[in-house]
Amino acid sequence: MLVSLKWLRDYVDVDLSPQELADRLTMAGLEVDSIEMRKPAFSGVRVAKIVRMEPHPNADKLSLCEVSVGDASYPVVCGASNIRIGDTVALAMVGAVLPGGRVIGSSKIRGQISEGMLCSEEELQIGKDNSGIMLLSPDLPSGGELSESLELHDVVLDIGVTPNRSDCLSIIGVAREVAAITGRKLRYPLTEITEGNEDAAAVASVFIEDADLCPRYTARIIRDVRIGPSPVWLKNRIEAIGLRSINNIVDITNFVMMETGQPLHAFDYDLLAGGRIVVRRSRSGEVFISLDGKEHVLPEDALLICDGEKPVAIGGVMGGINSEVRDDTRTILLESAYFNPSSIRRTSRVMGMGTDAAFRFERGIDPEGSIPALNRAAGLIADLAQGVVCRGIIDQRPGDIPVARDIALRPEKVKEIIGTAVVTDEIISILQGLEMKVDASRDDVLFVTPPSCRVDIAREIDLIEEIARLFGYDRIPATLPLVSVISGGAGEPKRVAEEAIRRIMNGAGYTEAINYSFVNPASVDEMLLDTQDERRRLVKIKNPLSEEQSVMRTTMIHSLLKNVAKNNDLGQYDLKIFEIGRTYSGVDGEKQPRETNRAAFLITGQRYTQCWHFPEMKADFYDLKGCVENILDVLFVADISCRASSGEPFLHPGKSCGIFSGDKRIGFLGEIHPDVLSHMGLSSPVTACELDLDTLAACAISGKAFADIPKFPSSSRDVAFLIRREVDADDLVAAARKKDEELLEKVEIFDVYEGKNVAEGMKSLGLRFLYRSAEKTLTDEEVHSVHGRIVERIVKASGALIR
Amino acid sequence: MTGELETLRKQADDELLKAETEAELQILRTRYLGRKGLITGLLRNIARVLPADRALFGKECNELKDEISARIDTMLADIAVSKKRKALDSERIDVTLPGRGIRYGSLHPVTQVREEICGIFAGLGFSIVEGPEVELDYYNFEALNIPRDHPARDMQDTFYVDENTVLRTHTSPVQVRTMEKRRPPIRILSPGRVYRRDSDVSHTPMFHQIEGLLVDEGITFGDLKGVLTVFLRQMFGEETALRFRPSFFPFTEPSAEVDIRCVICKGRGCRVCKQSGWLEILGSGMVDPEVFKNVGYDTEKLTGFAFGLGLERIAMLKFGISDIRLFFENDLRFLNQF
Repeated sequence: MLVSLKWLRDYVDVDLSPQELADRLTMAGLEVDSIEMRKPAFSGVRVAKIVRMEPHPNADKLSLCEVSVGDASYPVVCGASNIRIGDTVALAMVGAVLPGGRVIGSSKIRGQISEGMLCSEEELQIGKDNSGIMLLSPDLPSGGELSESLELHDVVLDIGVTPNRSDCLSIIGVAREVAAITGRKLRYPLTEITEGNEDAAAVASVFIEDADLCPRYTARIIRDVRIGPSPVWLKNRIEAIGLRSINNIVDITNFVMMETGQPLHAFDYDLLAGGRIVVRRSRSGEVFISLDGKEHVLPEDALLICDGEKPVAIGGVMGGINSEVRDDTRTILLESAYFNPSSIRRTSRVMGMGTDAAFRFERGIDPEGSIPALNRAAGLIADLAQGVVCRGIIDQRPGDIPVARDIALRPEKVKEIIGTAVVTDEIISILQGLEMKVDASRDDVLFVTPPSCRVDIAREIDLIEEIARLFGYDRIPATLPLVSVISGGAGEPKRVAEEAIRRIMNGAGYTEAINYSFVNPASVDEMLLDTQDERRRLVKIKNPLSEEQSVMRTTMIHSLLKNVAKNNDLGQYDLKIFEIGRTYSGVDGEKQPRETNRAAFLITGQRYTQCWHFPEMKADFYDLKGCVENILDVLFVADISCRASSGEPFLHPGKSCGIFSGDKRIGFLGEIHPDVLSHMGLSSPVTACELDLDTLAACAISGKAFADIPKFPSSSRDVAFLIRREVDADDLVAAARKKDEELLEKVEIFDVYEGKNVAEGMKSLGLRFLYRSAEKTLTDEEVHSVHGRIVERIVKASGALIR
Repeated sequence: MTGELETLRKQADDELLKAETEAELQILRTRYLGRKGLITGLLRNIARVLPADRALFGKECNELKDEISARIDTMLADIAVSKKRKALDSERIDVTLPGRGIRYGSLHPVTQVREEICGIFAGLGFSIVEGPEVELDYYNFEALNIPRDHPARDMQDTFYVDENTVLRTHTSPVQVRTMEKRRPPIRILSPGRVYRRDSDVSHTPMFHQIEGLLVDEGITFGDLKGVLTVFLRQMFGEETALRFRPSFFPFTEPSAEVDIRCVICKGRGCRVCKQSGWLEILGSGMVDPEVFKNVGYDTEKLTGFAFGLGLERIAMLKFGISDIRLFFENDLRFLNQF
């Protein structure tokens, strides 16, 4: 909301500097976003009167004027044809600087001395009119500085009015706040008007069919108006706050809306069929052309203002071209109504028409404001357009607009909420400063009636907020609460898991990424997901910003692959990244999708950052597997296994696995399928892993138990087994562990070899067996006996040969 | 004989001065001190010394012997030291070469800021609670006193999944969900992703917020000021100037916007603070009784405050980042700076 300080001063005295005023308003809840100093783009221009005029002796189109600024007069040669003796004009004196920097000097034009220049609106950048010399109001005293006479110096505040403060969407509303803050008195404009003899009710009538959408409609008829340009003061007022001057009638309705917050509309009465106004709901499919010339198909249930035959305005939003005020309009029907805020909001949203009027109606205007604004505008029209106001007001009030009265306010409650006592006298004076009526006849409770424009105040707490903000938040001492002791704070398992993952992956050189939760629906195709895959149950956004961000992701891997593509484009090929976030998948019969917390990791390019002492080595499956093992280790996840082939269509079938704790699947790990890589324009192998954090956290063991440090030495035996390539190492280890061998402490794989000296299709696996007893040092024979048993079992189970 | 002793002393002195290697010194040791050495040779001729002088001569010979022996020992020790030093010097490495090991990764700046804030509030007894991101209209709006067709909905441009489901526009619905489940006292912090339909240099359609809620008996606006002052001073420094400014949120009343002195210009006015000298850092307020009613709390007995802040904004101020979109582009050249 733009507020001109000049205009504001019409209603309240302001002694503060603009900056001080802005600070005080901001600290009272009307945040001032900017302060703009307005000044004219010229200097040295004064108000002058043409006292003599004669044709230029040497030029047909020029005239020779004598122009008076009161105490002196100057000869000026002028080429315009719209001036007469006695006109009040703007004279750029010798030495004046015009917009653009042109300096006026004394000159000779075709032999005649010219000391100065008469200016058009355009030359002074006051308006766009360049058809002739700007004619000023004859009341302006000659000799005055034009910028002062026209009040061209101004300060404009841009106030961010919060949605609850519809009362501050007007200059008077802001003035009311200023008055309350500074303790000054608010002056209301005069709304007295002289009425003619003709009875308005005999000229026009109003029928409200849908009272719920229009609880009140008031109107006046004004005859014999003369449409023309607005006087400079009126133009200045509305242009200062960013409105365009159109004609005196439209400008007056806009002026009064900005002054009071009550939107008004002027119809050309002669264009209203039957001299009637009918207020009703729209029917679906009705077509209407608004006064900006645009054709609209109306939504159902919009509020329409009609005449005897047709719609003439979308109520509260915009008038129609079929009834707008024109240059030859003679009689006006002036509308001042209260429309249902929700209805106006729906209509303006659906139609995409956020007009100044709709903005005010939807936030709730003053329920008692219709008639004062109607009279104010009618008075101005009578004044400025020479209209005759018909007798009486057409006032239809079929609906009830709730207004808060006698709200109970306990001073004790004020203290309870803000934490510091405000003496009752101060409470009363704050509220009265805001034009509230306070009944203080009882000790413990005040009864407060806010002014009708304060539609945001209906409850005790609303009054407490008013008291707090005008008392001053800075006067309320900061305290620390005396709170109850609450259990909690100990990290919940999922958070513990997250923290461990961040720590471990950071140590392993991984960088944390954060991707948007929404993705392209084509991503599930790029990931080769099966038609039955649950991850195709995408949650769709109805109003996405773009197709690329139109569904919620069901896997995080695609996001990370996108990150690879992007970084590859930037010349960055060696990447270790991870993300912790959620996936979202639709569940039949549920209102909300299932959100699963997940962590995803990815490695591609070189294993090590390029450095002088590391060999060039491509990162692979085992690099990432090592990290995942660390995570599972640190979180004490029980009974971990990696099972060959993940079943994930986007992973390499021979280089992927599912990760399990017991029978619970925690996630998957593997090389990305070459087809997916090529779909996404990636050339280098990528290994990725996704863990379900919720399941992981559930499998993590929270209590850590200490095991005694062994007292007796261990004994180890190494064996190289020769087995078929497709036998997994885990099968051998499992065979070793099958029977509960209490002396076998550990089985490690210390060597894997394929190639020379090992037959095609075979591999050699070196296993190290560690034996130990808790009671004594084992003898060779004891170790030999158990070791022999175990090796035999492995050979039997896997068909391995011992090398 | 004394003259011969002196000559021998002089000769030994000269030869020792010339000796450089361990081997040369060993030769000199044998030559002078050995069983057949020169000094022993002199002693052998002691018979030629006057009996009265023999004791003295013997003593002087032994002294010379000790002297030469000590010198040789010292010189050998010196040689050993310098030999060791030489050997170590020859093992010199280039200490300016970069160290071996995996470079530490980095945490996303948003995570870093979130953890810092969670840490501060953990110290004040707040525990962490999370909630759904695809949220029911009821929790995101209505239960927070933002009815349908209310202009307050303009404050947040919303992504819809269907008529009754939205991508949450703030973390505030977690307030309601928590209060529905628990009885006071409540002290929670809820970080998470939020979504608004907006995209430019200062807006991304997804960003992060942290919501805080404290409900108990006797909680006042003064307490809100106190707790948030403690928090902001820990976050931005003990000297940080703050101001609490009236504002509007549908689910709190009275509401306050909290500003800190601009960290860039220290209040003189700059582009970041739009010349005001202040930076808007969080929104807060006393929980509106309407919200308490929606969760069945007794509005006469209980009071509380809530606050919310945007993590990207804090990270931008802390690290001097000017374009919010950088947070989600995941360019390693950006991420690896943190």
